[in-house]
Amino acid sequence: MSVLDIQNLSKSFGAVRVSQNVSLSVEAKKCHALIGPNGAGKTTLIHQISGVLTPDAGRIRLDGQDITAFPMWRRAQAGLGRTFQISSTLASFSVLENVALAAQAKAGSSMRFFGRAAAETGLNRKASDILARVGLADRAGILAADLSHGERRLLELGIALAGGPKFLLLDEPMAGLGRVESERLTDILADLRREIPMLLVEHDMDAIFRLADAVTVLVDGVVVARGTPDEVRNDPAARAAYLGEDFE
Amino acid sequence: MSARNAELLTAGVIFVLLLIAPPLLEALGLGYMTGLLMKAMLLAIAALSLDLIVGQGGMISLGHSAFVGLGAYSLAIGLESGIDNILALMVIALVVSGLFALVTGALALRTSGIYFLMITLAFGQMAYFTLTSLAGYGGDDGLTLWSLATLFGSKVVQNSGQLYFVILGVLLATWWLLHRITHARFGRVLRGARDNAERAEVMGFSVFRYRLTAYVIAGMIASIAGLLTAQQNEFVSPSLATWQHSGDLLVILVIGGIGSRNGTILGAFFIVIVQELLGAILPEWRLIYGPLLVLVVLFAKGGLNTLLTPGQGRRAA
Amino acid sequence: MSFTLLLIQCLNGLQYGTMLFLIAAGLTLVFGVMGFINLAHGVLYMVGAYLAFAFLNLTGNFWIAALLAMVAALVFGLALEHFVFRHLYTRNHLDQVLATFGIIIFLNELAKVLFGAATLSIPVPALLDGSIPLTPELNYPVYRLAIIGVGLLVAALLYGIVSHTRVGMLVRAGATTPEMVNALGVNIERLFMIVFGVGAMLAGFAGVIAAPIFAIEPGMGDNILIVAFVVIIIGGIGSIRGAFVAALLVGLIDTLGRSLATEMTGFVFSPSMSNQIGPALASMLIYILMAAILIFRPQGLLPAKGTA
Repeated sequence: MSVLDIQNLSKSFGAVRVSQNVSLSVEAKKCHALIGPNGAGKTTLIHQISGVLTPDAGRIRLDGQDITAFPMWRRAQAGLGRTFQISSTLASFSVLENVALAAQAKAGSSMRFFGRAAAETGLNRKASDILARVGLADRAGILAADLSHGERRLLELGIALAGGPKFLLLDEPMAGLGRVESERLTDILADLRREIPMLLVEHDMDAIFRLADAVTVLVDGVVVARGTPDEVRNDPAARAAYLGEDFE
Repeated sequence: MSARNAELLTAGVIFVLLLIAPPLLEALGLGYMTGLLMKAMLLAIAALSLDLIVGQGGMISLGHSAFVGLGAYSLAIGLESGIDNILALMVIALVVSGLFALVTGALALRTSGIYFLMITLAFGQMAYFTLTSLAGYGGDDGLTLWSLATLFGSKVVQNSGQLYFVILGVLLATWWLLHRITHARFGRVLRGARDNAERAEVMGFSVFRYRLTAYVIAGMIASIAGLLTAQQNEFVSPSLATWQHSGDLLVILVIGGIGSRNGTILGAFFIVIVQELLGAILPEWRLIYGPLLVLVVLFAKGGLNTLLTPGQGRRAA
Repeated sequence: MSFTLLLIQCLNGLQYGTMLFLIAAGLTLVFGVMGFINLAHGVLYMVGAYLAFAFLNLTGNFWIAALLAMVAALVFGLALEHFVFRHLYTRNHLDQVLATFGIIIFLNELAKVLFGAATLSIPVPALLDGSIPLTPELNYPVYRLAIIGVGLLVAALLYGIVSHTRVGMLVRAGATTPEMVNALGVNIERLFMIVFGVGAMLAGFAGVIAAPIFAIEPGMGDNILIVAFVVIIIGGIGSIRGAFVAALLVGLIDTLGRSLATEMTGFVFSPSMSNQIGPALASMLIYILMAAILIFRPQGLLPAKGTA
C-alpha cells in the first residue's frame, strides 16, 4: 500500500495553473524523486503536500489518512516529516535542543508547565541518537545559528527524523552543498530510505540515480514522464523538458 | 557559576532585600518609601507577565494594561456588590481577565507580527473606553474604595495590615511560576515558535494554541497585579488601563532586558525611581524621559540585565 | 430620532471619517511600504493643530496660518525621519514601538510646557463661517461640509498618485513585495522619505483643519491614532482604498452609534440599564466591527495585495 498517495491535485493562481491533475504515490521502503526545470511547479506541489497551500481540487492521503485539509502541525502529527529548501532551524536553540523539541512534539502533551524540559532524559537521549545518525554528535552543544551551511542541512534532516515520521518530504536537501557534503548527505539518505519512504525534490542527478526507485518529471504543473531513473533518462518528453542540460 | 545559578542567586538577593526593606526604611526614617516599593513590585508583576508574551513568545502586545484595569475593576465592582473576600475577588478577576484574553487573544492571533500589536492595542483601548463609560462606578473619574478587601475578615491584606508582604509574596509566586513555565515543555515550544513559527508548526505544534495559552496566562497574572494595585491605592480609575500604561510595561521589559525575569524586576524599580527622582527635580520630567527612551533604544541594547550577567544574550530563556 | 437629526449625524460621521482617513492614509503607507510601526504618527496631528494655533496668533490670517502649519508639519516630519526613524527601519518592532513611544511622551509634554495643559481653540475662518440650509429644517455648518469636501479631494488625489504615477507604482510594489523594489535598484531611502513626508503632512493637515472645531490639547493625537489603527486593520494594511472605505465606515458607525446606542438598548433594557449599557456599547462598536473583520476577512476589506 502507498504511504503517500496524491490524487488529481490541482491548484491555480488566477489564470496560472501551477498543478494540473498531479497524481503521485510512494510505497513503503521506496524513495521517489520529483524533478523538473525551474518553474515547473515542484515547490507549489511540495507546499500543497506540506500544508502551506491548500489545493483547489484533489486528495492527499498519508498512510491511508486523508490529510488534504489538515493544517501543517496536524500533518506533522499524522507522520509527515519535511525539510525546507532554505534551512529552517531554531537559531537561538542549541543543536541538541532543536532536535529535542522536535522529539517533544511526538512524546505526549507539550502543555506541561512544570518540570525542566531540558532535563528530560528520554527526549535528550533520542535527540543524541539522531544527531549521531546525521553526523552532528560533536556539535550538540552549540547554537544552531553557529552551524555551517552544510551542518544546518544535516540538522534539518535531524529535526525531521526526530518526529518519528512515517514519510519524509525532502525539498532540495543538497541545495548549496559542496561535492563532499552532498555525498555525505546522500550516504545518510541511502541508509534511511529502506526505513522511511521519501519524496525527494532534487537537482543533483547523482544523488537521484543513487537514491531514487522511481522518478516523476513535472513540467508546467503537469506530470510528463514517470518511471525508473533509467527509463526517465531515456524518455523523450523528459529530455525535451531539460533540453539535455545536465541530464547524463 | 552557571547562568542558571547566577539567575537564582540574583533573584535570592533581590527578594531578601525586598523582605528586609520595610523595617530598614522605617529605621532610617524613610518609611514613606515602602509605598514606592509596593508600586514598583506591582509594576514588576504586570511586566513579568507581559514578558511571557513578549520575551518568551516574541509577540509584542500593546494592550496589556487592559488586564491590569480589569483586575482593578473586578475588585472595585466586587466590593460594591458586597463581596469582600480577597480570594473570591481574585477568582473573579482571573475569570474576567482570562475570558477577555481568550476572546481578544484568539482574534489577535488570527494574524501575526505587525497586526498583533495593533489589534492588542485596539482591544486594550476598547477595555479602557468601556471602563470610562461605567457611570455607576465613577466613569472617567474613577472610584474611591471606601471599604477594602479582607482575607476572611482579616485586614492583613490591607495597607493597615501587611499588604507589602502580600504583594511581595505574589511577586515571588509570579517569578517562580514564570520561571517554571519558561523552562518547562510549554515554554520551550513558545520559544521555538518565537524563533521560527513555521518550523515549530512543521514539528507538529499548533503555534496558535501555545501562544493563546501564554496570552491567557499573562492576562490573568496581570489582573492580579491590577487587583492589588486597587487595594493599595484604595482607588480605581480607567487610567490604569491606558495604552500609555501598556507602553510603560514594555519600557520596563526593554530597560530590564527582554526575557530576563530579574532584569524585569530591576527595570520596574528603575522606572519608579527615575520617574520619582526626575519628577521631584523637574515637574516636566517627561521632557527628559521621552528622549531618554529614544536614546536607550538607539544606543543601549540589552538592558540592565546585561550589566548583571555579562555574556548573557538579549533573548535569554 | 428625527430624520433631520439622523442626517446631521451621518454628516458628522462622514466628517469624522474624512479626518480619520487623512491620518490613516499616511499611517497605512508607512506601515505597508516600510513595515515601520510609527506610534508617533498621531502626535503629528497634534503638532499640526498647535502649529495652526501658533501661526494664527502670529499672522492673524487662518489661510496663511494653515499653509505655514502644513509646511512646518512637513519639515517637522522630515526632521523626525532624518534624526530618529531612519535609524529604526531595520530594527525590530519592539524598538520601533519604544522609540516612537518616547517621542510621543516628549511632544505631549512639550505641548503642555509651551501652550499649557488647558484646551485651546481657534475660530472658524470667516469665509467658511456660518451654516447653509440642507433641508427646510436643517442648517449645517459650512466648515464641516468643507472638511468633507477637502477629505474627498485628498482621497481622490492620493488614489490618483498611487495608481497612476511612478512613485505610486513603487509605493504599491513596496507594500506588496518590498524585495522587488529593492531589486529594481530604486533609492529606497528617498522613497521612504517621500512616503514619510507625505504621511506627516497629511496628519499635520488633519490637525490644522481640526483646530477650529475640536479642542486643541496635549495628547489629542493619542486616541485618534488608535482609531486610525482600527481603520487600517479593517481596510487592509498598505491600501489607500481600504483606508478610505474603512475610515468612512468607522466614522459613521462611531458617530451614529454614540447617538443611537442608548435609544437602541432602550428597546431591550430598562431606561436606567440602557443609560449604563448604551454608552459602553457605543464605545465598543468600532472594535466589534474590527473583530468581525478579523474573523471573516482577516486580510482587511480591500487589501493592498494585487490592487491599488
